[in-house]
Amino acid sequence: MSGTDLLLWFFAAASLAGGVLMLVARHPMRVALALIGSMISLAGIYAILGVHVIAVFQVLIYVGAVMVFMVYVIMLLDTRDPAQKRRFSALAIPGAIGFVLLLGGLVYGVVGELPQAAVAARPGQGFGLTEFAVAFLNEYWLHFELTSVLLLAAVVAAVAVIKASRGDHG
Amino acid sequence: MDKTQLLIALALALFSLGLVGVIVRRNLLVMLMCMELMLNGVNLSLVTFAQQAGAAVGAVLVFLIFVVATAEIAIAIPIVLLLARRRHTLDADAYADLKG
Repeated sequence: MSGTDLLLWFFAAASLAGGVLMLVARHPMRVALALIGSMISLAGIYAILGVHVIAVFQVLIYVGAVMVFMVYVIMLLDTRDPAQKRRFSALAIPGAIGFVLLLGGLVYGVVGELPQAAVAARPGQGFGLTEFAVAFLNEYWLHFELTSVLLLAAVVAAVAVIKASRGDHG
Repeated sequence: MDKTQLLIALALALFSLGLVGVIVRRNLLVMLMCMELMLNGVNLSLVTFAQQAGAAVGAVLVFLIFVVATAEIAIAIPIVLLLARRRHTLDADAYADLKG
């Protein structure tokens, strides 16, 4: 097992541990930190796979923008909320049973069906920024523009929500 | 275990963990973060398959998912803040009267 394989296993274990911690941590800030750790480990996996573009975006957009925003909101909200004392809803036990069934079914159904060594992973042989940018802006420029419409709609909706909350309280 | 199998199994596990988190957790913000974990699992499977096929198109799709996730958070956080201001709690059970 080479050093790259070891790193891949390490990052996979770290991201899985982050996901499990998210389920059991009590305070939302700890959940957010576990999610950040999981996302950074996923960025490491992407970098090992040679898809550096996505690794950079994962850190910059997800961790840098989305999760910092989330941490900021957690700091804004009241920490004496009773929702933070009790972690699990009434569906905890059916949810756990469903989780085991779902994961077992998915792994049995999907992983067993994957093609074997014929297309085995080629670490470090992903595609660079050039291929990504050419595919993105040559073929998918319309989708790119449509995402800007989506973002504009999200901004308008956020402003509308804030106006609705102002209307209720004078 | 094959490397592809490891990564796809990890993607499935992350997706399932996120889904069960949305179901069993009580705090609205934690439920939102579990949704992000589900998106991350899907992204991992997309990146794995794109890297194997050598197709940059998969990375384009992942990038578009990033944008959609950002838009989702940008609209979900104001809604959560609005709910928290109205009922002074983030407990999902406090909003059970929303069901039809």
